[in-house]
Amino acid sequence: MTTTTGDRLVEFDDVVARYEPVIGLETHVELGTASKMFCGCPTTFGAEPNTQTCPVCLGMPGSLPVANAAAIEATIRIGLALGCRIASWCRFARKNYFYPDIPKGFQTSQYDEPLCTAGHLDVEVDGETYRVEIERVHLEEDTGKNLHVGGATGRIHGADHSLVDFNRAGIPLVEIVTRPVPGVGARAPEVARAYVAELRDIVQALGVSDVRMEQGSLRCDVNTSLAPVGSLEWGTRTETKNVNSLRSVERAVRFEMRRQAAVLDDGGRVLQETRHFHEETGSTSPGRSKEEATDYRYFPEPDLVPIAPDAEWVEKLRVDLPELPAARRARLQQEWGLPATEMTWLVNAGALGLVEETVAAGASPAEARKWWLGELARRANDAGVDLTGLAVTPAQVAELTRLVAEGTINDKLARQALDGVLAGEGGPAQVVEARGLAVMGESDELVAAVDAAIAGAPDVVAKVQAGKVQALGALVGAVMKTTRGKADAATVKRMLEERIVVS
Amino acid sequence: MRSRAMSDVQLTTKDVAELSRLLTAGDVSAVDVTRAHLDRIAAEDGGLGSYLHVDPDAALASAAAVDQARSAGAELGPLAGVPVALKDLVVTEGVPTTSGSKILEGWRPPYSATIASRLADAGTVLLGKTNMDEFAMGSSTENSAYQVTRNPWDPSRIPGGSSGGSSAAVAGHLAPWAIGTDTGGSIRQPAAVTGLVGHKPTYGAVSRYGLIAFSSSLDQAGPMARTVLDAALMHEVIAGYDPRDSTSIDAPVAPLAAVARTGAEGDLRGVKVGVVRELGGEGHTDGYEPGVLARTREAIERLAALGADVVEVSCPSFDLALPAYYLIAPSEASSNLARYEGMRFGLRVGDDGSHDLDEVMALTREQGFGPEVKRRIILGTYALSSGYYEAYYGQAQKVRTLITRDFTAAFDGVDVLVSPTTPSVAFPLGARVDDPLAMYAADLCTLPASLAGLPAISVPSGLSDGLPVGLQIMAPALADDRCYRVAAALEAVQDAARGHRLLDELPSAAGVRA
Repeated sequence: MTTTTGDRLVEFDDVVARYEPVIGLETHVELGTASKMFCGCPTTFGAEPNTQTCPVCLGMPGSLPVANAAAIEATIRIGLALGCRIASWCRFARKNYFYPDIPKGFQTSQYDEPLCTAGHLDVEVDGETYRVEIERVHLEEDTGKNLHVGGATGRIHGADHSLVDFNRAGIPLVEIVTRPVPGVGARAPEVARAYVAELRDIVQALGVSDVRMEQGSLRCDVNTSLAPVGSLEWGTRTETKNVNSLRSVERAVRFEMRRQAAVLDDGGRVLQETRHFHEETGSTSPGRSKEEATDYRYFPEPDLVPIAPDAEWVEKLRVDLPELPAARRARLQQEWGLPATEMTWLVNAGALGLVEETVAAGASPAEARKWWLGELARRANDAGVDLTGLAVTPAQVAELTRLVAEGTINDKLARQALDGVLAGEGGPAQVVEARGLAVMGESDELVAAVDAAIAGAPDVVAKVQAGKVQALGALVGAVMKTTRGKADAATVKRMLEERIVVS
Repeated sequence: MRSRAMSDVQLTTKDVAELSRLLTAGDVSAVDVTRAHLDRIAAEDGGLGSYLHVDPDAALASAAAVDQARSAGAELGPLAGVPVALKDLVVTEGVPTTSGSKILEGWRPPYSATIASRLADAGTVLLGKTNMDEFAMGSSTENSAYQVTRNPWDPSRIPGGSSGGSSAAVAGHLAPWAIGTDTGGSIRQPAAVTGLVGHKPTYGAVSRYGLIAFSSSLDQAGPMARTVLDAALMHEVIAGYDPRDSTSIDAPVAPLAAVARTGAEGDLRGVKVGVVRELGGEGHTDGYEPGVLARTREAIERLAALGADVVEVSCPSFDLALPAYYLIAPSEASSNLARYEGMRFGLRVGDDGSHDLDEVMALTREQGFGPEVKRRIILGTYALSSGYYEAYYGQAQKVRTLITRDFTAAFDGVDVLVSPTTPSVAFPLGARVDDPLAMYAADLCTLPASLAGLPAISVPSGLSDGLPVGLQIMAPALADDRCYRVAAALEAVQDAARGHRLLDELPSAAGVRA
């Protein structure tokens, strides 16, 4: 299948000068419950295909579902964190359609009676706050996974045969649907991204999912439409399916805006359709057309009793919600005395929690921030991992800053000590000891190095003595080199001056 | 300890309560009892067609295990060694389970239904799986994809349905009792037309886990037996909370066998019996055979004679039960049967490389389902369609609420409601196969209790032209004990009046009578 890199695209600035976008997001979060939504099978990611199945999640004749109470609780907590109204009574519904990855011939979902409704999420882009209204939060079951073998695209068309893995079938899935978000203009791509990022952080703070986009435990469908600026009606929307990283969310909206603008400019009509996003090119291409649209024939699931959450219990869940990301950011910003932009950097780098823990372990906020956004960010980038993927703990980072503050090591030695920590040689103090990284005092070794530097560069000494004090730097450098950076530069400079200038 | 004094023929005529006494006392062995039934199946079922699957070796092996345990001094339940037949939609691990459909031919389930496990845990011996209308859709068992089942009272007539294999097997003495399931009358109607006792429990009283679904909000499994006491004994084994069924009710099971024994003493003083006018009463006799109405009247007179206070009650919404049922049940069925697409179990058609996925699914369903199943899938799919949902499914659910209200109002004044179980006696095979509406009318009297989820029993009320007639006794939710009490009283007084049990008049039973 070809991607639509052949689509004509309008320059983004030009798009937003003439068109107003409306975006909408449907986000699926796989819950991290120990067992599946309607049976006792485990939910571990990455197990051998079809090893985590039973008659219920395979849809065997006669089997019946029983709702997972932990999943219902997690969904209500997500709803509460988004300020939703929690239904006092609601039902599951059957969404009927045929596909090999849905074992029962229907997906157990919720239809006109979602568990949570009418919430909102405020997101910040460039210091400005945008309110995203939440239409509904409901609970359903995930499908199995199809693997289409043969053919070029990995899609079913052109495949020789298909395999189905039902390990994922029946894993609880929470769907969070926004209302259409108008009025975001040129910020639409960033608002979409910020919304997903904030939602991810909330779900993570609630501890109900590991929200790993790369493993598919958080998946996004992005709706985009364009209408001419000043138009009273919204345009026709497209739904870009399975956009699976924050960056892709932003790119998908941007691409759709540019593509749709070109269609509209040409006097064309945007088709209401499902589109696929292509990671490699950042483009979208048409998927299933609505001609094949299924009538899902929703009706209340008779095999499950209605959910009727007790009001007092819901209230207790509300009271027991953890501190949510926005509140936490505000608190930390105040505690650390950081400007808003620096907080944003920390958040975007995924360093907020690490800095917080590093500060808790005794580092100053400024030092902690400097390490995580500087040296450690570089290391992570080089290694191609997240900050959390580095083999160094916040406590160890705090220890490094303490060793520097105490003068045991300098910044350069600290970086060498970090090398040792990352190489698994132990904690910073251990590495400093083992590698002999401590800063040298005015030892015989240092005196010898200073004398050798003076003896080895009579021309430089002459320049200094002639008044070119800045030439001293070359001698300091020579000493630092001899001592492999373990000397304290200020001490070396003083010793050199004592020997050359004052004599 | 064993005695061969009793012949095979004698053993197959025993009811379960008696078999239990003989087995517990060591007067007969489980193997004897099982072999007696297997022999009779081998001799008679070629003509009767009640079983789809019998595994004599497995049955004898599990009977032998019971005998061994008993002789080793193990504490066994009173039903250990009693043979049982299961309707073929009860899922049994490793034992073929087809629900009467070609689409499940050859499927050996990897698990067992809760009720199958409970019966096995009680030590009962599985004789085999009984024939049924495909996916329980029918009232004559003629919709089975496999074979015709005949009524032991008259082999040219239907045994009822959809649990017609179970009714024929029990009435024909090919099993002492059997499990049936009832969605709109599929236990009560076959019981009525074969002279058996059949009880549909309160919805949620018996686990549905492992029952191949027809209509989830209506399906219930229950006992089909030759006496009220036997039905109560089976009910006690299979009922009770099951965490695997979300709709299962977590409530204690009443001591139904004790209730049946007390009920047989025949004292119904203080019991208020309501006769439902809309089910064969004045102005509502169209389609009811005079013989059925006569036996019903006589049964009600007997209840009054036993001290019951009999009044007529009106439940006007019952007239709407049939159309409501034929929207709700097919709607749910259209969804429940979506899983039969040939991908994971059972039949697969067209997977020869020349058909794509959608075609394989369509071909499998085209060839795997029979005409009545297709009819209901189409009906249900239509009723649930966008734009029609409210007018059909939604409206039918409202009727369901009205029917429930009629029951609630009626039970304000009476303890039980009675009616004929079916408007007619067993009709000839083939008589209604081309007339679905006539076939559906067989469920006229049983549908209201199904739609309201209430318990209802059918107990013989006599013969009309030599064929059995049943009286239906309905009770409020979880008051199944009232059904058993009144049924036991009626059964006892009728048996006493005629000097023998109704089934003793079975023409084909001549050879089996003790």
